[in-house]
Amino acid sequence: MDVLWAVLVQPFVDMVSAPDFLLQVLWDGFVGGVLYALIALGFVLIFKASGIFNFAQGIMVVFAALTLVGLYALGMPAWVALGLTLVVMFVLAVAVERLVLRPLVNQPDIILFMATIGLTYFLIGLGEFVFGGEPKVMITEALGLPTGMREWEVFGGVVFFQEIDIAAAAIAIVMVVGIGVFFHYTRIGRALRAVADDHQAALSVGISLEQIWVIVWFTAGVVALATGIMWGARSDVSFALQIIALKALPVLILGGFTSIPGAIVGGLIIGIGEKLGEIYWGPLIGGGIESWLAYVIALVFLLFRPQGLFGERIIERV
Amino acid sequence: MFYREAGQFKTSYRADMAVFPILQDRIGLGVILFVAVVLVPLLGDDFFLNTIMIPFLIMALATIGLNILTGYAGQLSLGAGGFMGAGAYACYKLTTYFPDTNILILVLASGLVSAAIGIVFGLPSLRIKGFYLAVATLAAQFFLEWCFIRIPWLYNSNASGAIEVPGRTGFGVMLTGPSASPEARYFAVLGLVALLTWIASNLVHGRIGRSWMMIRDMDIAAELIGVRPLRAKLSAFAVSSFYLGVAGAMMVFFWLGAAEPSSFSINLSFLILFMTIIGGLGSLVGSFFGAAFIFILPVLIRAAPRTFGIDVAADAVQHLTYMIIGALIIVFLIVEPHGLARLWQVGKQKLRTWPFPY
Amino acid sequence: MTLKRTLTATVLAGAMAAFAAAPAFAEGLYIPLLTYRTGPFANSGIPIANGMNDYLQMLNERDGGIGGVKIVIEECETGYDTQKGVECYEAVKGKKPLFMNPWSTGITLAVIPKANVDHIPVLSMAYGLSAAAEGETFPWVFNPPMTYWDGASAVIKYIGEQEGGLDNLKGKKIGYLFLDAGYGREPIPLLQDLATKYGFELLQYPVPAQEMQNQSSQWLNVRRDKPDYMVMWGWGAMNPTAVKEAAKIRYPMDKFIGVWWAGGEDDARPAGAGAVGYKTLNFNGVGPNYPALQDIKTHVVDKGMSKVDAAKFGENLYNRGVYNSVLMAEAIRNAQTLAGKPDVTAEDVRKGMETLEISAERLKEIGLDGFMTPLKLSCTDHSGHHDVYVQQWDGTTWKPVSDWFAPMTDVVEPLLKASAADYVSKNQPWPARAEPCS
Repeated sequence: MDVLWAVLVQPFVDMVSAPDFLLQVLWDGFVGGVLYALIALGFVLIFKASGIFNFAQGIMVVFAALTLVGLYALGMPAWVALGLTLVVMFVLAVAVERLVLRPLVNQPDIILFMATIGLTYFLIGLGEFVFGGEPKVMITEALGLPTGMREWEVFGGVVFFQEIDIAAAAIAIVMVVGIGVFFHYTRIGRALRAVADDHQAALSVGISLEQIWVIVWFTAGVVALATGIMWGARSDVSFALQIIALKALPVLILGGFTSIPGAIVGGLIIGIGEKLGEIYWGPLIGGGIESWLAYVIALVFLLFRPQGLFGERIIERV
Repeated sequence: MFYREAGQFKTSYRADMAVFPILQDRIGLGVILFVAVVLVPLLGDDFFLNTIMIPFLIMALATIGLNILTGYAGQLSLGAGGFMGAGAYACYKLTTYFPDTNILILVLASGLVSAAIGIVFGLPSLRIKGFYLAVATLAAQFFLEWCFIRIPWLYNSNASGAIEVPGRTGFGVMLTGPSASPEARYFAVLGLVALLTWIASNLVHGRIGRSWMMIRDMDIAAELIGVRPLRAKLSAFAVSSFYLGVAGAMMVFFWLGAAEPSSFSINLSFLILFMTIIGGLGSLVGSFFGAAFIFILPVLIRAAPRTFGIDVAADAVQHLTYMIIGALIIVFLIVEPHGLARLWQVGKQKLRTWPFPY
Repeated sequence: MTLKRTLTATVLAGAMAAFAAAPAFAEGLYIPLLTYRTGPFANSGIPIANGMNDYLQMLNERDGGIGGVKIVIEECETGYDTQKGVECYEAVKGKKPLFMNPWSTGITLAVIPKANVDHIPVLSMAYGLSAAAEGETFPWVFNPPMTYWDGASAVIKYIGEQEGGLDNLKGKKIGYLFLDAGYGREPIPLLQDLATKYGFELLQYPVPAQEMQNQSSQWLNVRRDKPDYMVMWGWGAMNPTAVKEAAKIRYPMDKFIGVWWAGGEDDARPAGAGAVGYKTLNFNGVGPNYPALQDIKTHVVDKGMSKVDAAKFGENLYNRGVYNSVLMAEAIRNAQTLAGKPDVTAEDVRKGMETLEISAERLKEIGLDGFMTPLKLSCTDHSGHHDVYVQQWDGTTWKPVSDWFAPMTDVVEPLLKASAADYVSKNQPWPARAEPCS
């Protein structure tokens, strides 16, 4: 009985008795979720356009942030460094397309997946070789991002909002809307969707696959840069960040591999779900369950809906 | 000229279906075994045995394990490290309870524990497949890692939170612990790996192996002709986890000597997956090639500056190793996506027709 | 079939040729340094590696080595990874190293039993296996100047002092934030003992290694529980993240105390003004204003032989690396005196370490007056329970805020004995010490 009470009732009593704290938990979960969603967004973009499960998205986040900080450390103004980082990400996209994707056209998914893991190793080595292994401090102020803190007195307590987190949420929304508009209303966007639907049909109406891939990888690079800046501002820019990027995988499962809204909603569910779980249920089994809770949520979810929230239904034919 | 089966007639179906139907192959196998059993321990020094041969064989066994699941049964898994950990911790507990039992038996028994855990985490495979399944196996990876840290019973409540290998014997010889000689450990590893490889070869060529491959190639069709997906998939998970578990137990007991939970992290899973794919999916000999390539190459790269007296900073070597390995993986996938095993086959084919290829 | 044979032969021959050359005996005092300038813990590993290297280099440059014999330094990169660490151990083993510096708890644990057989002294300076302090059981392992248990007891002692006596801890809440691995878990039994003894409540906040940079849950819990003090056992990227999060929830920083490994400048600096007031334990002096460090500057850094960033010269973790090398150098010097010859063996060095005494006068002599407390090891005690002090971050540098004080040796000692006995019982057969202490 005690166990049932502790699992089923007590957490909710805790939630209601300290609503200001609950609000803080939800906000922190929301912010974490936004960042997961951004990483997942990078995955989805590439998966949609090329069917590649891009494992390197996590290291691209680190690499982009490192490049930005590294260029700034050379003494150039923040905005120039930002611009140059975008150039580097573009070069990376072109290089990936030329050197990795083009020779591997028509290979099975798992081979392409492995190629992106190879790319991950390469980028880890290159990043550490060029910028050194020690973590860097993100140049939040130089980029003009707010660093203060807002307080909101509510329910007899205080809820803290970091301005950087608010900015992260705002930037994420702008980016998602931007990408959505881009996909729906521009020529390239339509071409992208055509490629996502059917490679061969797209080819036959004269869409250049190579060009689309470069664009998609570049967009994913931009998303990675934004994620890197946001996450770097929260802790540090270091290679340990790429492990967190794995958290985007359960997000993808929840949202479906091909759905942009899915990535966002999935990210928020995972972000908020794991915070609630860790804070209210974690202590029952010793805490620290965040490292696998997201995967288990996703796994349970999969058993009921294998294609994810917004994924396309898998139809099997013999 | 030498590698040709002309003149070797088969008189029975059995002979025709043998795993090594050609005499030269059998001789080759004999030579490899001779090198492994006699030459390596005779000529190799401690470093060669401890840092190259023992880990290489263990990694090859783990690769065979993952190959059974991913290569033969087509179920992508990123949880190999977790299952290896399960085997290692099981073996540690078993040695605690049965200190006098032959350690080789305990190592094999710990594979059974790992197999049972594998079946549990294999259950989702009945509903999901492909990358979705890969993510599901990540759940196993992280959950098991958490268990290794959080359940003090698993590591006998050691203050260090790690498992330390006590000295244990098999056939009256000290096989584990610091006082076991590298040669003894090498022979233990070699024996187990050879035995398990032989069993794996029989499995994949037999009825179970065929049902795995049917499931891999087209699961619905396999179901229609009477392969039970439940049994085939779960048996693949069980056998694969058994191999991984044995490899994990050997890794700690015959190689590292002590292990923290972080030894079985996600990085190990990726390493094993690399070996599987570089070696060639669905090939046992490929597993050995893959393990050799991915494991030995970095050791050689790292040892190179030491050996040739080039003064390169240790960290730069490490960075370069990452870059070279990453680039080589991509190059390999481009040149030969079916892995080293295919190159091997092509090479053999070329040799067979040499010097008159047409 | 020739192909197969040729291949095998080539691989074998190549591999053997590569390693045949490896165990060429190094001329001089061979000291391999296992370092990690890569990987998730590199921020802590780089300054330590530089410090260790530079002090030994300085001895070579200034004095021509120790006792006239050059020191041969070789770095081996581990990336804080146990497998690679064991590989490094095997690679240097053949060259008869005088010391192993594993620099990771995992590698230390793997190396301890091997060192016993291979007869290589292992110096795990204030990390690794606490029980290794028992010289009777672990003749080849040294963990001066103190163990984690000493550290944990010192933190509690310090908190007690702040509260005006250990008895005032009754009813207080002390939070313990730790890296969820052997390293962070080790102090828990001792903290629990002290909690029952002094009546405070111990709250645990584990940080999983893969979530090092994502600690908002732990700090939300801290915010809810409102502990009176926070103690941190962190490493690598975990530290700056924790300091940032603490600042974010406005935890009173002067009640947030880290272990010595959480006391790097780079741990506090990223949090900016929010980190002011953060405290950690320490056992070495900070800053470049010691004659020996000035010698490093003139003989090594200014000659461009060091990898250290000029601005980071003399920072805390760099000096910790220097400390590590000072211990090795002094032990070798002691061994040379004992053995009566300059080219000492590992066995001599082990004896030199066991009878190591660095007195205050000796510290003055080597230009490290006030850098560390005088240190003395013995055959039975390989750690020594030496004094620590508390330092505080003032926004730009660490400032000492307490005198040197001793840990609660009486509490730690029985735990060490029990733990060493436990280790031996679980690792039977454990080789007995060749020549018993006294």
